[in-house]
Amino acid sequence: MKYLDEFRNPEVAHQILEQIRKTVTRPWVIMEICGGQTHSIIRNGIDQLLPPEITLVHGPGCPVCVTPLEIIDQAIAIASQPNVIFTSFGDMLRVPGSYKDLLKVKSEGFDVRTVYSPLEAVDLARNNPDKEVVFLAVGFETTAPGNAMAIHQAAKENLTNFSELVSHVLVPPAMEALLSSPENRVQGYLAAGHVCAVMGWWEYEPIAEKYKVPIVPTGFEPVDILEGLLIIIQQLEAGKHEVVNQYLRAVTREGNQPAQNLISEIFEITDRKWRGIGTIPASGLQIRPKYAAFDASLKFSVGDIQTNESPDCISGIILQGLKKPTECAAFGTTCTPAHPLGATMVSSEGACAAYHQYQRLRMPVS
Amino acid sequence: MCLGIPGKVVEIFEEGGLKMGHIDYGGTQNKACLEYVPEIEIGQYTIIHAGFAISIIDEMEAQQSWDAWREMAEAAAREGIDLFGEETGASA
Ligand code: SF4
Repeated sequence: MKYLDEFRNPEVAHQILEQIRKTVTRPWVIMEICGGQTHSIIRNGIDQLLPPEITLVHGPGCPVCVTPLEIIDQAIAIASQPNVIFTSFGDMLRVPGSYKDLLKVKSEGFDVRTVYSPLEAVDLARNNPDKEVVFLAVGFETTAPGNAMAIHQAAKENLTNFSELVSHVLVPPAMEALLSSPENRVQGYLAAGHVCAVMGWWEYEPIAEKYKVPIVPTGFEPVDILEGLLIIIQQLEAGKHEVVNQYLRAVTREGNQPAQNLISEIFEITDRKWRGIGTIPASGLQIRPKYAAFDASLKFSVGDIQTNESPDCISGIILQGLKKPTECAAFGTTCTPAHPLGATMVSSEGACAAYHQYQRLRMPVS
Repeated sequence: MCLGIPGKVVEIFEEGGLKMGHIDYGGTQNKACLEYVPEIEIGQYTIIHAGFAISIIDEMEAQQSWDAWREMAEAAAREGIDLFGEETGASA
């Protein structure tokens, strides 16, 4: 298809790879933030084609992976109530909570449904006035516009039986948290192209300057990723640290203004816990008090939940780029996509699932 | 859920007061909300994320990137650099 095939062209990919080989003289550690890019990198074997000096580490940009266990347990508690239609994006249903997942709740006879768009959940609320329709609103800046629109629409139509259980996360504060950690290895970032399509890339300029790291908003196809890497490596080799936009066809410096306007009408910034990582200040969105009627965490009493994380799972360390999935003892043995112990094994955007799907079982650990 | 994909707008309509469209993804079609790209027209390409268009693909930028890469590949071919000598394949 147009705008896909060109950016998967093997001749061009090889040419960029050749340029990378010519440019690199020293070891560099580069992180791709976004799980979509992790998936593309592993699927296309990009990490194995790069010269040995370049280490790619996989970042926390998978909403399925970083949604805190408390929220999954709250979702399970709400979905297990008789008068509720609980809706979610499909890949959240298999995320392990402390004791079960949403799919299990569905198999127990409760009404748990997958929706493709949050507006479908609003439709359900409109068509089922005697039911409470709850949407699990997770994700980064990419899903925030849709989740904001669903609340806006429900408010407009006065659909008081619609609410969202919100656990939105923001990318730039997480990038900064990783960079300021004493254990940080990251020297350059491929920034998440579609997050930037919504928010623009101006927010990254102070981060690039403060931490002296090149940051390159990048697309998702192999040619995009290789070009993004080339731009970073050229900067690293030259001692530069600028924000340079690789994903010119979809991203502008200012981003999508109408989307940003509605996000800030409905949501406000809050501290947010990231699964496996911990609380990062000002790294999330919550529903503004003005729209509290649509906040499922206020509507349903789910406060005092005791969580229980698998002690074998090291996904938090993987999400910080400190280890690879193959360094986890449970990887491919007690933890598989069919029986995930941690959230990073669930979605194809999770590093563990991507490694498992593309048979990285015996890949040498770098 | 974070996998945004490009698609072509084949129809625009209104639903519940929202600008909506049918998007073609190279054969399969689906509905998406176009409220965040109010200026979009039929025939344009857009990135769809969880049922919402978040960005219009800038055809000129896409063409320019493509032209630059082709030029680079052709220049390398003229210099006699063997691009395809090894058994790799970044888009396998
Ligand atoms: S392989 Fe499974 S247990 Fe190990 S880090 Fe990944 S998700 Fe956690």
